[in-house]
Amino acid sequence: MRLSEVGVGATVVVQSVAPGQGGLGRRLEDLGFLAGTVVRVERRAPLGDPMVYELRGVRLAVRRADVALVEVTEVPDGS
Amino acid sequence: MGHDHHGGHSAHRTADLEVALVGSPNAGKTTLFNALTGLRAKTANYPGVTVSRGEGTVTVGSRDVLLIDLPGTYGLSAVSPDEQVVVDALTGHGTRRPDGVVVVVDATALARSLLFVGELLQLGLPTAVALTMVDEVSARGGTVDADRLAAALGVPVVAVVGHRGIGVDEVRDLLADPAVWPTPVLAPPTDAAERAAWVDSVVRSATSAPGPDRRTRHIDAVLLHPVAGVAVFAVVMLAFFQAIFTLAAPLIDRVDQLFAWLGDQVQSVFPGTFGEFLAEGVVGGVGGVLVFLPQIVLLFVILALLEKVGYLARAAFLADRLLGRFGLEGRSVVAMLSSFACAIPGILATRTIPSERRRLATMMAAPLMTCSARLPVYVLLVSAFVSDESVAGPLTWQGLTMAGLYALGAVSGLVYASLLSHTVLSGPTAPFAMELPPYRRPTLRSVLLAAWDGGWSFVKRAGTVILVTSMALWVLLNVPSVSAPDGMTEAQAASYEMEHSLAGQAGTAMEPLFAPLGFQWQTNVALIGSLAAREVFVSTLAITTAAESEDALPERLQEMRDDDGDLVYDSATVAAILVFFVYALQCLSTVAVLRRETNSWRWPAFAFASMFALAYAAALVARTVVLAAS
Repeated sequence: MRLSEVGVGATVVVQSVAPGQGGLGRRLEDLGFLAGTVVRVERRAPLGDPMVYELRGVRLAVRRADVALVEVTEVPDGS
Repeated sequence: MGHDHHGGHSAHRTADLEVALVGSPNAGKTTLFNALTGLRAKTANYPGVTVSRGEGTVTVGSRDVLLIDLPGTYGLSAVSPDEQVVVDALTGHGTRRPDGVVVVVDATALARSLLFVGELLQLGLPTAVALTMVDEVSARGGTVDADRLAAALGVPVVAVVGHRGIGVDEVRDLLADPAVWPTPVLAPPTDAAERAAWVDSVVRSATSAPGPDRRTRHIDAVLLHPVAGVAVFAVVMLAFFQAIFTLAAPLIDRVDQLFAWLGDQVQSVFPGTFGEFLAEGVVGGVGGVLVFLPQIVLLFVILALLEKVGYLARAAFLADRLLGRFGLEGRSVVAMLSSFACAIPGILATRTIPSERRRLATMMAAPLMTCSARLPVYVLLVSAFVSDESVAGPLTWQGLTMAGLYALGAVSGLVYASLLSHTVLSGPTAPFAMELPPYRRPTLRSVLLAAWDGGWSFVKRAGTVILVTSMALWVLLNVPSVSAPDGMTEAQAASYEMEHSLAGQAGTAMEPLFAPLGFQWQTNVALIGSLAAREVFVSTLAITTAAESEDALPERLQEMRDDDGDLVYDSATVAAILVFFVYALQCLSTVAVLRRETNSWRWPAFAFASMFALAYAAALVARTVVLAAS
């Protein structure tokens, strides 16, 4: 499942990041979206985008289209 | 390396050593840089890009170390020009390779920041870590052990609180000799997943995790709320706009008065044409630069406050979707709003936008927002030519027209940005990624420094061009000096003299070009004058139309007839002038600032030409429509 499809409140683990165009995938890795990283989907902006993700101790606002490269699996009980 | 060795390739670099300062945005890099270098820092642009670079000398004992403040980045993937600058600087591409690199690491975001440290360590440069925000980790019940972190990373780690001076001396001592810094036995892994695991193990060995930042969460529950958050956003942005617009106004008047007084003094010492040139061209030109300062300093104070408190990121988060549709981004909101006061602070405010393309799109749209200098032009023409009868309730035709002009500018600016981002500014761009930092109390010092930086860099970088422009325009409007024939009133004589000046001759020569818009030489000369500042249109028009005073100008415009007995200013021509002012980049100061901020003539030339074409076309349409309707 892609991170862009995950709803608010869910907690997921990053599986992989696709390379994407123009080094976008690398950039997402720099921001902390690395395999094994736990990501909590915290909030959606009032107009529907961007999203707030919490990962590696940081809260990051990212547009959903940009995190479509991040492949994740859901952590069932949101731990 | 000898003490008198002149390192580097450019003449001004005489430091023995060069050390680069890197770190992610918001990590406290600038605070540390300022604490280390004091006010001896210089900022300049990198060649070819809008990215600015700061340099400052740090004296350690008898050695001078040149500290280079590189743009804030999250990594070395070189997606944006900022990151390219960092990569080039650290690898010595086209410049001297630094002798060492100090990476500023935010202790509250250790698990993310160390990813960048891992990347840096692979470059093989002597590396040291300056650990910031340790106090914040403690306040939230966590711990970070700098010594254990140093042991785990294999490089020196210093905990610093830049604004209180804690750890700054230790960093300064380190700068003296990067060659002796410990280096890691093993470079961190290059593979992404392995690097993540390496970071996690380092973090575990040196820290206990802080609790969640409850205060920030509570504040965000309100400020990012779909209803309450949007309401607060609207109030903050309105207050911001109002402050830029009105708080600065009395100060602007003071500057105007001061320079008018100075001009009079100069003229009493140097009579004649030369005195007039000194008073109006030179002193007036300096005043024309400094008149922007109140707004600019105020803008930078408010921006610094909003940014350092953490609200700017929230505002950008709320506005991003809307502005994203037009090829802009959340952080553009401040620039766009500032531009309603004046495009110059607006363009300067785009410095907070990391994506080069979105920053350019924002800068290019800024001059189309209705700035306060257009207001006197609109007020003159709307009050003289539009009915003050009610449309509905208290709303008059005049009010409706003014609102329409503002809306036309704003909508056109957004559409213009959108067109640019789909054509000349299309292509891959860095993702919109913005940290929501914890809410923090800004220090007075950091706010004042930001205001000083913004004001001084404006004067230094745009001042000369604005001054030269002002002097050149004075010459155009006053040379050659011809005497009016006898028997004319004072107003008629002034008009006659201006008609025969260089600008007057140009205005007459421009008549065929502007005839389709209904502009005659009086209007054309006022347009030339307004290049100094749009409101000059009004005072120049008062002279060219031989109005007895500026107060008598509206009446003069209503009744003025040309040699054929036709009205010079009929409603179709007035509509054309108004629409022309909505679009035309009729402000050479803005052109000068665009030149400085983009580091090339390409963008200002493109903006001037395209907005002139837009202005001409739209004015033609407006005139045609009004002619057809009447």
